[in-house]
Amino acid sequence: MRTPLIEMRNIHKQFGGVVALDDVSVTLHRGEVVGLLGHNGAGKSTLIKILSGAYEADGGEILVDGAPVTIRSPRDARANGIETIYQTLALADNLDAVANVFLGREIVTSLGRLNDAAMEHATSDVLAKLKVVDLKSVRAPVSSLSGGQRQSIAIARAIHFQAQILIMDEPCAALGPQETAMVANVIQELKRQGLGIFLISHDLHDVFALADRLTVMKGGRVVGDCHTADVTQDDVLAMIITGRPPA
Amino acid sequence: MTQISIRRLAAATGIDTRLLAMAGALIVIALVFNSFTQGAFLSPRNLWNLAVQTSMVGILTTGMVLVIVTRNIDLSVGSVLGAIGMFAAVVQVQILPPDVWWNTPLTILCAVAVGITIGAFQGFWIAYRAVPSFIVTLAGLLIFRGVAWMMTEGRTIAPMEENFQLLGGGLRGSIGAFWSWFLGGLAIALVLFRIVASRRRRHRYGFAEKPLWGDLLTGGLWVGAISAFVLTMNAYNRPGTQIPQGIPIPVLLLIGTVLIMETIARTTRFGRYVFAFGGNPEAARLAGIDVRKLVLLVFVIMGILAAVAGILATARLNAGVNSTGTLAELSVIAAVVIGGTSLAGGAGSIAGAILGAVIMQSLENGMVLLGLPSAMQQVVIGSVLILAVWADVVYRRRVA
Repeated sequence: MRTPLIEMRNIHKQFGGVVALDDVSVTLHRGEVVGLLGHNGAGKSTLIKILSGAYEADGGEILVDGAPVTIRSPRDARANGIETIYQTLALADNLDAVANVFLGREIVTSLGRLNDAAMEHATSDVLAKLKVVDLKSVRAPVSSLSGGQRQSIAIARAIHFQAQILIMDEPCAALGPQETAMVANVIQELKRQGLGIFLISHDLHDVFALADRLTVMKGGRVVGDCHTADVTQDDVLAMIITGRPPA
Repeated sequence: MTQISIRRLAAATGIDTRLLAMAGALIVIALVFNSFTQGAFLSPRNLWNLAVQTSMVGILTTGMVLVIVTRNIDLSVGSVLGAIGMFAAVVQVQILPPDVWWNTPLTILCAVAVGITIGAFQGFWIAYRAVPSFIVTLAGLLIFRGVAWMMTEGRTIAPMEENFQLLGGGLRGSIGAFWSWFLGGLAIALVLFRIVASRRRRHRYGFAEKPLWGDLLTGGLWVGAISAFVLTMNAYNRPGTQIPQGIPIPVLLLIGTVLIMETIARTTRFGRYVFAFGGNPEAARLAGIDVRKLVLLVFVIMGILAAVAGILATARLNAGVNSTGTLAELSVIAAVVIGGTSLAGGAGSIAGAILGAVIMQSLENGMVLLGLPSAMQQVVIGSVLILAVWADVVYRRRVA
C-alpha cells in the first residue's frame, strides 16, 4: 500500500474538561481530495487547526510522507508543506494583494529591505495562473476586492510556496456561482499536480462534486470513512446526523 | 472639475490626497496668523523657533504612529521622557566627572539604555501578560512621573555640559549656513536619485511608469521645499550678530528620526508586520509572525524615542526638571490622530503625524504671538482636535 501524504494518528485534544477530539485518525494521499464533514462542534475545525499549527494536540502523532513531524506553530506547518486557507481567509484587509500573498515570507534584498518589485511581479504571475478576473490592481488594499478575488489571494498565497498539502475551510461559503466554479477548477488543477487537499464544507453538493473520499465526524470522533462513489448524499447525511455508518 | 484634476495630480505625483489637504490647512493657518500678527508669524526668527518647538513632539509622534497602528496606546511618553531627562541630568552632573569629552556621549548612551529598558518593561506586560496598553501606560504615566521626582526629591539639576546643551538648540545649537546648505544639497541629490532609481526599477519589471511630468513635479516640489527650509533657517541670525543660525540641532535630530522610522515602517519586514498586525492580528499570527515580540519591539522603539526626546528637553532647558514633559503624551497623540492615524489600528503614516505635529505647534505658537490667554488656547486646540478627526472620518467614508 502507498504511504499516505498525511497521516494523523490517534489525535487527542481537550479544552479544559471538554474533549474536542477523541482518538481521531485520518489519512490523505497525493492527488486526493478528502471531504471532512460533520455538524458544528463535531471536531473538524479543531482537527484542521492542529494540522495547520494553530492549536497543539494533547496526544497522537502526525506523519508527513511516513515520517513523524512536530507541528507547534503555523510556521512549522508551512515548513512541512502544509498550507491552510481559513474560512475567514486570514487576510490583512488594510494591505494590498502583494503584501498578503507574501505575509510572513517576504522576499528581501541582500540588505534586508523588502523587495516589493519582485513580490509584485510574482503576485501578478500567480494570480494570472489562477485566472483571476477583473483585478484592478495588486497594489489596492484587499478590502476593496470582491469575495472571489479575496479567496483567490488566499489560494495564491498557498500555491505560490509549493504547498504539498492544502487545507480549505469552507472555500465556497461566501461565493457566487461563477466564483464557486472558479474555485472548483483550481481544486481540480491542484489535484492533477499531485497535491493532497482537505476540504471542509457544510455544502454536501460541493463536497460530492469535488471530493474523492469522505471522512465524517461527530462528537469529536471519526464515524465514517468512505469513497464518494460508493455512497449517496442521503447516506452521508444520515451518517452526519446519527453518527452511524450506512447499513 | 477641480476635484478631478487634484486627484490626477495626486496620482501622478504619488502624494496622498490627505497629506495635500493637511498641507493646505497648514498654509491657511500660517497665512491667517501672519496677517493678524503683522508678519511676525512667518518671520525667520519665529519659524526657526517653531521648528525647534516641534522637534520634541515630532520625534515622539514617529513612534506613537507604530504604537497606535498596532491597536495600542502609550499614555506614558510624557512621564518617561521626564524621568529619562532627569536621569540624564543626574548622570551628567552628579555621577560623571565634569569637563571630560566622554561625559556627554556616555550620558546619552545611559539614557537610551534606560529608554530601552522602560520600553521593554511596558511592552512585556502588554505583549506577554495581555494587560491592555491603556492600563499599563496609564500606570507608567504615574510610575515614571514619580520616579522623576524621587531621583532628586524634586530638586532641579543644572547646569549641563556645554556640548550637551547643543542638542537642545539654544544659542549655539545650530550648524550655521555652510553645513545647512551642505546637508540641503545632499538631501536634494538623494531625492533626485531616488526618483530616477524608482523609474528604472519599475521599467525593469515592466510595471506602468508614472507620467514624467508627475515625477518632475514631485522632484521640483522637494527641491523647492528643501531650499526654502534651508534659506529660512539661514535667514535668522544669532542674536546681536550677522552670523546665520542655520538648521538647529534638535531639528536635525527630528529629521534623522523621521528618515530612520520611515525606512523601518516602509522597507522592513518589521514595518510590514506592524501594519499587518494592526489590520488583522489573527491573520498576522496565522502567517507565522511572532506577534508578541512584534508588540514588545514597538514599545522598545517608543522607549528609545522617549529617551531621545528626554535628552533634547533637558538640553533645551539646560537642567533636569521633574515636571519636564508633563502632558506631552496628549500633544503627541493629538498630532498622530490629526495626521490620519486610525485609533482602530492598521492605518497611519509618519509623514502625516509630523504634519499634524507642525499644525498643532503652529496653532499654539500663533496664539501665543496673538497674546491669547492660555485657557483660550486650550479651548481652541481641543476644538481643532475634534474637527480634524471629524474631517478624517468624512474623508475615509468618501474613499471607501
